Parts: sequence; structure tokens; C-alpha cells
Amino acid sequence: MVRNVEVAIIGGGPAGLAAALAAHKAGAKNVLILERDSFPGGILQQCIHNGFGLHYFGQELTGPEYAQRFIDEVEKIDSIEILLDTMALEVTPDRRITAVSPEHGLVQVQAGAVVLAMGCRERTRGALNIPGTRPAGVYTAGCAQRLVNMEGMMPGRRVVILGSGDIGLIMARRMVWEGAKVEMVCELMPYSSGLNRNIVQCLEDNGIPLHFNTTVVEVHGRERVEGVTIAQVDPATRKPKMETARYVECDTLLLSVGLIPENELTQGTGAAMDRVTSGAVVDAARQTTAEGIFACGNVLHVHDLVDNVSAEAQIAGQSAAKYAQGRLDKAETVDVTPCGAVRYVVPQRLVKGEGEAALYFRVGSAVKPARLTVKCGDAVLKTLKKPVMTPGEMEKVVIDLAKVDGDVTVCAEEG
Amino acid sequence: MKKEFVCISCPVGCRLTVWDDEGEVKVSGNTCRRGQIYGVQEFTAPMRTVTSSVPVEHGRQAMCSVKTAQPVPKERVQDVLRAIRALHVKAPVAVGDVLLEDAAGTGAQVVATRRVEDRRKYS
Repeated sequence: MVRNVEVAIIGGGPAGLAAALAAHKAGAKNVLILERDSFPGGILQQCIHNGFGLHYFGQELTGPEYAQRFIDEVEKIDSIEILLDTMALEVTPDRRITAVSPEHGLVQVQAGAVVLAMGCRERTRGALNIPGTRPAGVYTAGCAQRLVNMEGMMPGRRVVILGSGDIGLIMARRMVWEGAKVEMVCELMPYSSGLNRNIVQCLEDNGIPLHFNTTVVEVHGRERVEGVTIAQVDPATRKPKMETARYVECDTLLLSVGLIPENELTQGTGAAMDRVTSGAVVDAARQTTAEGIFACGNVLHVHDLVDNVSAEAQIAGQSAAKYAQGRLDKAETVDVTPCGAVRYVVPQRLVKGEGEAALYFRVGSAVKPARLTVKCGDAVLKTLKKPVMTPGEMEKVVIDLAKVDGDVTVCAEEG
Repeated sequence: MKKEFVCISCPVGCRLTVWDDEGEVKVSGNTCRRGQIYGVQEFTAPMRTVTSSVPVEHGRQAMCSVKTAQPVPKERVQDVLRAIRALHVKAPVAVGDVLLEDAAGTGAQVVATRRVEDRRKYS
């Protein structure tokens, strides 16, 4: 049996929940969320630390609290249904979804519009090719986070962390607070992509050293990790300088070395992909190049603040509802391209017309001080100055669409 | 005695120097007012919100996440964690439920940040 719905959403995390609410508010008669976990909320449920929601709710919440606000809203609305323990296997270009669940078996859905909100996954040891043995005790930071915070299990007692992204920093503190010894955090780059706040409150508060230009060159141990060899790297080539190698005893190695949007389903839709974001190419409505298929949240590009995910998902959910009801006009698009220090811009395309569009972008390396110029041909649409722009912070600039009559460039330079 | 901090109020991360000038706390190295406020707070009484998770008896999920409803003095964080570790919680738990009135004498409540239902309702 094929179920017909107006808007189907793949993923019940922060993006999926916000998209569902927005689709409902925009008039969708029914909305179906497919979620593979046993409860909604996605990764927020394991992010028990606070600091979420300052922008969106104007107060500091923990991850589960932030999620619960959306779950409470969704539960009040009868026309939004969530299928839990349900894994989507395929989305076709004509918006037919195949999913499986223990309770419902094979589930087939024909959707008027689809919102892709699958989030991202962590890069693993395999992606880095760290030499050495293959013992137990090597975890991604997010996996360890789920074990400690949700399953109540400790992955180890003596820990080395590779990568100083926010999850790695948060887990450094979490492991110490649960009685482990965190020997150090090693960072390949000369800077951390994590927030200052986390470097101060997670590492400095707990006396954990942070070594820049340093990486793990070997894992030791047969059954269980017994230690790792670390070495400094040449900042220019990032190759390890083996004469600096030293052995660090530990039973656990946590990896916080980047996130990858989980886009296997997206590829089945034929949507064009952006090689830099590893997500789909979208317009300002967050529509992909596959008609009626929208994307938002970390599956589109990795965000650092969930507040931005919620805002983006609202756009996608609203647009999906409009599309399903034939109210989203087809129009010619122009391209938005990064230049200078800007590494990528989302959306990658814009529809000419009235109103404003917010462009989200990230720089490839720190720019201090930074001057941003948005241009359409030779015409300057907007300039912006900031004391600093760093790769770890997503930036936003709002432009007036009435002035857009051709391709747009977004350029950041020092000055 | 002079102390140095990295300001966490925004991504710029100004390096602050803070000292006691005959009873008045002075901050240098900041480039805005928020740095001044952060520097004084961190110098005089650094505070932290503590978050953790605790096992839930017959909960639908194994653990319930918790936080201190108010920040606690930084040097009392370990005591607060010990008090949280000693908690015994039974399902059902709702977001905001007070699990501990006064965490280790800091005056801060420990509250649940996640809903955990009773699994016996579902078997």
C-alpha cells in the first residue's frame, strides 16, 4: 500500500521537526516524518551541555531541552505524524519514498514534496588512515557522547582526543567529569575550529593541554588501545615530523575530525551536489535541482549553531508546503559563487524577484579584520566589515533581491 | 595579582588581563563592554552551569540528562557532580522536574532536561 502525503520529511532531528512545523503553518494538510531512531530530536538528545537556543529562543538551553520545545509543538498537531524506528532507503526523483520499520514492515510513501533532513555523520579513523593496530577503544567523539550521556557507559579511563572541533572539546570535559583522565587534545591545524568558549570552559577549566600542529601517527595495542604515538607536523605540508614522535599511554582515542553530510538518499533523487559543502545545490527556498525535493540542516551544509538549522528548516518546510499545493512559482535562477576567502555560500542559486535573501557562508581560513563585498556584475549589493571571520563560524549577509539581475559573487578579503 | 583570560563573549577572543587595583577590579585587553563584564565576573566569582546525565529506574531510556538550574561557583563543580552521581531517579520524568533541591550546598537546583517515560507503560 502506498501512503499519499503532502509533505514527507526524512529525519526527525532539529531540521526535520522545524520543517514539519513550518510546513503545517504554511497550510500543508498532512506531514509525515520518517525517523530512524526510537525517539525524535536527533543528535540534540545526546548534546546534554548548554548553550543552545541563544539566537532562536533568546535563552541558553541544553540540547534535549531545545529538542523538546519542537517535539511538544509537533505532538500538539494531529496532522503531523512521526514514524519512529523507520529507515528511509530510497527517494526517487518523482518523490516516491521506500522505508522499512520493524512495526510497519515495508513503507511506501508518495509525497507532494520531500524535505531531506538527514543530518550528518562523523569522519572515522578509516577516513584518516591512522597507521597501527586495530584494537578496541577508538571511537568518534559523538559515538562516545552517546555512550556516556544516553547509554550510561564509559568508553575508557585514560583518553587522548584527536581534533579540537566542538564535539571533541565538549567530550574532553565530559570524560573528566565522569572520572576519566584526558591526557591531551591534539590538533593537526595551527588553530582550533571549536568555539573559544569551549576551549576555555572544557579544556582550560580542567587543565587539559591542547597541542596544535600535532597528530596521531600510530595506534598501539592488540585487544585494547594501550597507547598512541603522536608527532608534530610541518605547518606548511601538514606531514608529521617523525623526529618529534613520542608515545602517550592511554586506553581510548576519541576522534573529532569533521562531519560529513549524509547524502546517500539525496544522490538517488538526481539532485546536483556542491563539492565543497558535500550537500545539495539549493535555491533560496532550499529547493534542490530535483523538483519538489528540498534540503535543510546538516545534510545541506554542516552548521555550528542549531539555531541556524531551525531557521533554515523553516524556509525548507514552508517552501515544501507551497510546492505541494502548486503555490511555489517556477522561475529562472542566477548563480551565487564564493570568491576570495569565502569557501562556500548557501544557497548556491537565487530566484530573481522581490524581497530579501539571506546568504550563509564560511571562510576557508581566518580573516582579520574582514571586509565582505556582495556583487552582481559590477554593482555592489552589500558591504560588511567584521573584526574577524573564522572557518568555525558560519556568517550571514542579507541582500535585496530587487537589485539582482545576474550572477552574484560573495567575496571576503582582509582589510 | 594579575590574571589572564581569553574572553568567551564572542568569536574575537580578546586576551584579557584582569587585576585588583586597591579594591577595584580593572580589565585591559578587551575591545568592548562585554569583555569588561566577563573579565570582572571571571576574576571575582567564576560560575559554571553543570550538565550531566543520571540513570532512570524503569525508564524508557536508560539515562535522563540533567543540569543545574543556576550556575554554580567553578570551584564547586566537582562537589556538584558528586551530588548528581548519587541521585536515584524513577520514571516518569518531565523536563524541568526538580531532582535535587540544593546541589552540594550551592543553593542551585538540579533539574531534568529530558522527558523519560515509564517503560512499563509500553510493554
